[in-house]
Amino acid sequence: MLDPIISARGVNVFYGDSQALFDIELDVLPNKVTALIGPSGCGKSTFLRSINRMNDLIPVCRFEGELTLSGQDIYDKSVDVVALRAQVGMVFQKPNPFPKSIFENVAYGLRIHKMCTAKSELQDRVEWSLKSAGLWEEVSHRLDEPGNSLSGGQQQRLCIARAIAVQPKVVLMDEPCSALDPIATAVIEDLIDSLRKDYTIIIVTHSMQQAARISQRTAFFHLGKLVEFGETKTIFTTPKDERTQNYITGRIG
Amino acid sequence: MIDFGKNAGFDLKGRHRAEARFQWMGKIAIAISLFFLAAMVFTIARDASGIIKQTQIQLQLDLTDATGIAQNNKHPSYGKAVKAALRAQFPKVKKRKDKKRLYGFASPEAGFEIARMIDESPEILGRITKVWVTASDGLDLYLRGKVDMDLPERQRRVSDAERDWIATLQEQGHLRRVFNWGFLTNGDSREPEVAGILSALVGTAYSLAVCFAFAFPVGIGAAIYLEEFAPKSRLSDLIEVNINNLAAVPSIVFGLLGLSMFLGVFGMPRSSPLVGGLVLALMTLPTMIIAARAALRSVPPSFKEGALALGASPVQAVFHHVFPVAMPGMLTGSIVGMAQALGETAPLLMIGMVAFIVDIPTSILEPATALPVQIFLWADSPERAFTEKTAAAIIVLLVFLVSMNLIAILLRRKLETRF
Amino acid sequence: MTVNAIDITTKNRPMWLDRAVIIVLALMAGVAILVTVGIVFSLVFEAYLFFEKVSVTDFLFGLEWSPQTAIRADQVGSTGSFGVLPLINGTLLISAIAMAVATPLGLASAVYLSEYASKRARSWIKPALEILAGIPTVVYGFFAALTLAPIIRMTGGKLGLEVASESALAAGIVMGIMIVPLISSLSDDVINAVPQSLRDASFGLGATRSETIRKVVLPAALPGISGSLLLATSRAIGETMIVLMAAGMAAKLSLNPLDAVTTITVQIVALLTGDQEFDSAKTLSAFALGLFLFIITLGINVLALGIVRKYQEQYD
Repeated sequence: MLDPIISARGVNVFYGDSQALFDIELDVLPNKVTALIGPSGCGKSTFLRSINRMNDLIPVCRFEGELTLSGQDIYDKSVDVVALRAQVGMVFQKPNPFPKSIFENVAYGLRIHKMCTAKSELQDRVEWSLKSAGLWEEVSHRLDEPGNSLSGGQQQRLCIARAIAVQPKVVLMDEPCSALDPIATAVIEDLIDSLRKDYTIIIVTHSMQQAARISQRTAFFHLGKLVEFGETKTIFTTPKDERTQNYITGRIG
Repeated sequence: MIDFGKNAGFDLKGRHRAEARFQWMGKIAIAISLFFLAAMVFTIARDASGIIKQTQIQLQLDLTDATGIAQNNKHPSYGKAVKAALRAQFPKVKKRKDKKRLYGFASPEAGFEIARMIDESPEILGRITKVWVTASDGLDLYLRGKVDMDLPERQRRVSDAERDWIATLQEQGHLRRVFNWGFLTNGDSREPEVAGILSALVGTAYSLAVCFAFAFPVGIGAAIYLEEFAPKSRLSDLIEVNINNLAAVPSIVFGLLGLSMFLGVFGMPRSSPLVGGLVLALMTLPTMIIAARAALRSVPPSFKEGALALGASPVQAVFHHVFPVAMPGMLTGSIVGMAQALGETAPLLMIGMVAFIVDIPTSILEPATALPVQIFLWADSPERAFTEKTAAAIIVLLVFLVSMNLIAILLRRKLETRF
Repeated sequence: MTVNAIDITTKNRPMWLDRAVIIVLALMAGVAILVTVGIVFSLVFEAYLFFEKVSVTDFLFGLEWSPQTAIRADQVGSTGSFGVLPLINGTLLISAIAMAVATPLGLASAVYLSEYASKRARSWIKPALEILAGIPTVVYGFFAALTLAPIIRMTGGKLGLEVASESALAAGIVMGIMIVPLISSLSDDVINAVPQSLRDASFGLGATRSETIRKVVLPAALPGISGSLLLATSRAIGETMIVLMAAGMAAKLSLNPLDAVTTITVQIVALLTGDQEFDSAKTLSAFALGLFLFIITLGINVLALGIVRKYQEQYD
């Protein structure tokens, strides 16, 4: 049994006076794809954004509880959020490449964290990232073109390349395919599968089929509570909780 | 295994220092700008504080038949009586040069003040009366301690002898400081101690009235047309582009337009509030139109659609249903526009409102000046007393501006209908 | 059984009244065009009369500006020089100082207000800066001429520098302060328009806020900010009262900010106040200057609008 890389204990998150997450207890295993599913507004994105402390950017958002990464409490005072986010990457729902060239998009993280000193080293890393994201073949001859000249699916793969360029330990994905067509989605699902041997991936998705296809572990959220969590196969074939059953069969959500 | 503490590499210390520096630059920039604002307000208030009170000197006027002044006075000013009274105070002063200095205690305007007193109460003639007249600006400055007495006597504005005379006058209670009503009730003058802003205020009032009378209806009409009736065509696009460009044209160009069109082609009276107001109206028009359009846009379309559905014509729908709702917004926008027009100087200079106007104008066709122009003219004068008047006039101008903006804000809040 | 037909003819209101009202309103809208036409026409007409007396090349490329009225009819053009270059020099020198002051102050304020300031801080700082925008330029001129210029002169004297009593520096600094709120509020709008998703992407990668601003937000906002800087420059070039009160009449070619220079706007006022003959070269030159000023500021404004429009397309 592997040690969990991320552990949540008693996590409660509030937006002002209203509570979004209730007593979440969760263990994420390394090098696996963990899917967070549930109806809209159930708190799965909020939980995801707590892991890289993106919720810190929202002034009214309050975090209570313990969330550890590699055994360390990420909300501890000694934690530098910049260092945390350098090692926990994020891909967003709508592709958001910077209005820069494809090369500069991928190089952005490497530059700000001063990860590559030599220009050749930078170029190698950018190439490696684009290859890992399965985008190299399509853009290698036009690295200077703007990132948003690509198609939607390509843009999202660019964002994935950008996120993994800094070699994070964990990659968080917030409904990365919801803005893409089925073919682009399939490409990215294959990509996620190939990435999991190097990264731990947590993906929020509102598509149960997607969760069933690509994840090994699934967590079902409902109204801010973690209802059920376990092996993906088990969740989808023999769920223990009635609410899970209802969601999977389409009666709720 | 994963380090995300403060020593994790990634050049954290340096980057956080850069972050702190960056924030400080922003704060400093804001501080500098606000400092200048404070400095301006402070220096102007300080300069203006000097004119709150005015110095007056008490004279014993002998207008009895014995002195012969009353009968032989052919001048409109009773300057001779003033001089006689001063001589009587200090009978020991004999030399002509010293007498001239003594006469300088009273304002040149004092003789006219006495003439006005005689007009009001003719019984003064033939009697000995004690009157208070305005002292000169030099005496006023001395009493406020603004005259440098450390210089050797030759270079000083006030000689030793004058200093002694002033001390005597003070002991005898013949000097006093009173509230300077004259500043608000007098017209302009060459003598700083009696110069006032009344003629400028009246000129400004007339100009703004003309400006509003033209710009408000035309601005609203244009806005209603562009927003409610104009078909989407190249012509209406052109008009829109035009309005936006006009809003950015330098004010002096409007002055040139006023000079060549209103004064040259139409032959309107120079320096009149009519022309001034029209030029200001043309300048304010773009602002008015833009504000009025915004007000119209904020009315929910359901108001107009509801009226149309009941059978009203488009004109009826707009004027009976949309326009009244948009009116408060248009009004506040026009008040803001008027406030901007209030401070405009350059175009008024072009159409000639820069002359020395003493009389209060009685119609919009007479030559007049405006408050910002008065400020400009007084600022040019080297006399220290005029600098103080300039600062005081600026405060009056700013008070008007602040009041107008406050009224606009209050009006907007009070009349804001919730949709 | 009879059915009453629904009468849909307009009974209460004659059609022509509606049309008349709309036509009147349209005419009012047309006044805007009329004003522009009036400006262009009067400037061009008077300038044309001027260029009959003084050649365009003398005007545009002449190095000396000392406008004199012809004393005799046959002296037209040969007395006095009407070269506009010293005026352009003065105008650009003072405007450059103003922009050098206003750009860092305005941009830094805008960035701080939109990215760092708390709601409470923003609620009083923004109105305070707006007050600067509402102060009439004649008040700025007073401050520049009677307070700042003597201070600069005194400081310069103590440092051993030769400072004119009507230095370009005094006028330029005060003009810069006047422009700060313009740059600040325009840039504030532009910065706020940059989508939050870009900032999220940058933060997600572990950038600090200043890095996000410097490397993502400002480059994204650059076209809009350039537009606002151009508009501010145009405002500085067209400004009259501050320079009229604080800058001098000395038309010279100088890049020294401690020198006294004159601007196009000051000369227009000087030429037209005071006694004048209405069709002498001297007074007509004011209109030539006015036309020149109008064309330049219009050109800058159109350029600024073009840049901003292109930028808006990027995000639509």
